[in-house]
Amino acid sequence: MTSAAAADDFDHVAVDDVSRHFGRRRAVSRVSFTARQGTILGLLGPNGAGKSTMLAMLATLLRPTAGAIRFGTLDPRAHGAALRGRIGVLGHDLFLYPELTAHENLTFFAALYQRPDASGVATRALTRAGLADRADDPVSSFSRGMRQRVALERALIHGPRLALLDEPFTGLDDASTASLVGRLRELRDVGTIVILATHDLELAEGLIDEAVFLREGRIASTMTRPEGLRSAYRDVMGHR
Amino acid sequence: MFARAMWLILRKDLTVEVRSGEVAYTTLFFAVSCVLIFAFALVRDGRAPEDGAAGLLWIAIAFAGTLALGRTFERERQSETLRALLMAPTARPAVYLGKLLGIVALLAGVEVILVPLVALLFNANALLEHPAWLAAILIAGTVGFAAVGTLFAAMLIRARSRDVLLPVLLYPVIVPVMIAAVRGTAVLLQPEVDTQVAWFWLALLATFDVVFVTLALWTFEPVMTD
Repeated sequence: MTSAAAADDFDHVAVDDVSRHFGRRRAVSRVSFTARQGTILGLLGPNGAGKSTMLAMLATLLRPTAGAIRFGTLDPRAHGAALRGRIGVLGHDLFLYPELTAHENLTFFAALYQRPDASGVATRALTRAGLADRADDPVSSFSRGMRQRVALERALIHGPRLALLDEPFTGLDDASTASLVGRLRELRDVGTIVILATHDLELAEGLIDEAVFLREGRIASTMTRPEGLRSAYRDVMGHR
Repeated sequence: MFARAMWLILRKDLTVEVRSGEVAYTTLFFAVSCVLIFAFALVRDGRAPEDGAAGLLWIAIAFAGTLALGRTFERERQSETLRALLMAPTARPAVYLGKLLGIVALLAGVEVILVPLVALLFNANALLEHPAWLAAILIAGTVGFAAVGTLFAAMLIRARSRDVLLPVLLYPVIVPVMIAAVRGTAVLLQPEVDTQVAWFWLALLATFDVVFVTLALWTFEPVMTD
């Protein structure tokens, strides 16, 4: 089996006793959880809880100091490039070139992800984002919400098996938020593994299937089909 | 896919630069200012110091190149687009080579204007009499400089004092490239070009290029992952 074909097959991501240190600072310490296909897993916690570091390790951008992350049976050290082709990341920053138009940005990334007919893929993505009429405008002229919509399409341009989203609701108005929530549910329905880092509990409520509460880099608690997230969060995090 | 990813990144960098002109204009302005200041300081009664043009040309290229490296990677840092490139399903050295070629192309554009200016202000018309030799030395020297510079600029993208650290780390490593480039260019300023000596410096530059590019390709992935 080729590396690329194998990468298509992973149906879960297992984080096994993973730690990540930066010098003497422990950003993530002995974290374990499993995210399965067709579910949205929420990494919940205050700023500095280790959510972004965890996502960077899942994205293969950082190596764990200890422990292992496995994508199905695959080890990222052996299948790096093929795995990256099945992972989509929407970060704090939007990973877009402000000097390029929305269409040029998406065409560039579609081509980089080896999508045939990259230009057509970009056009369809912009239509999905409701930005077809602004396709030829530079991204620098877009509002934050519009950029976020383009960035989401960029992250999903290659139909990833694993979607990693870091605070994706930041700066969105109500309409854009509702649209993003709808898109995340669509991803879940088609079997994507979605891992979402957020401290916005109201939006996470009713959206996520599993919750992993992080505090100071450690797992404070986990919940399946979480209800009453805010009170659970208060209980887990104490006064925070 | 390796070559295609490299080409896509190079084309993207050139498109962004054509659209903004930011790095090209600032780099060119800085390089031309540098040459003018040295010309006012060193040229007396129309006489320039012997081989001064060669040294001056490479000082301007190194300073302007450092500025270009800093600005090019600052652009990738602002929207964290370097992370997006590193996430692409291709070998990460392709990202390095794409960025390297972009820097080399930019510096080549600056050199096209810089060389005639140096020749004019330093009475070094001999530089223009051997265009093939000059082009070969310029390309080999620029690749050597940019090979190390691209790796260091990418490594320092998250360092707070990256603007200070880049020249501090870069210049000691590229001293051999600069010496070979200056000596190779100086050979072209002689009334009779000694081709054996020119070949020697060009071969030395090519050797540095191979060593630096190979080391950079080897180290880029681990350095950028951690």
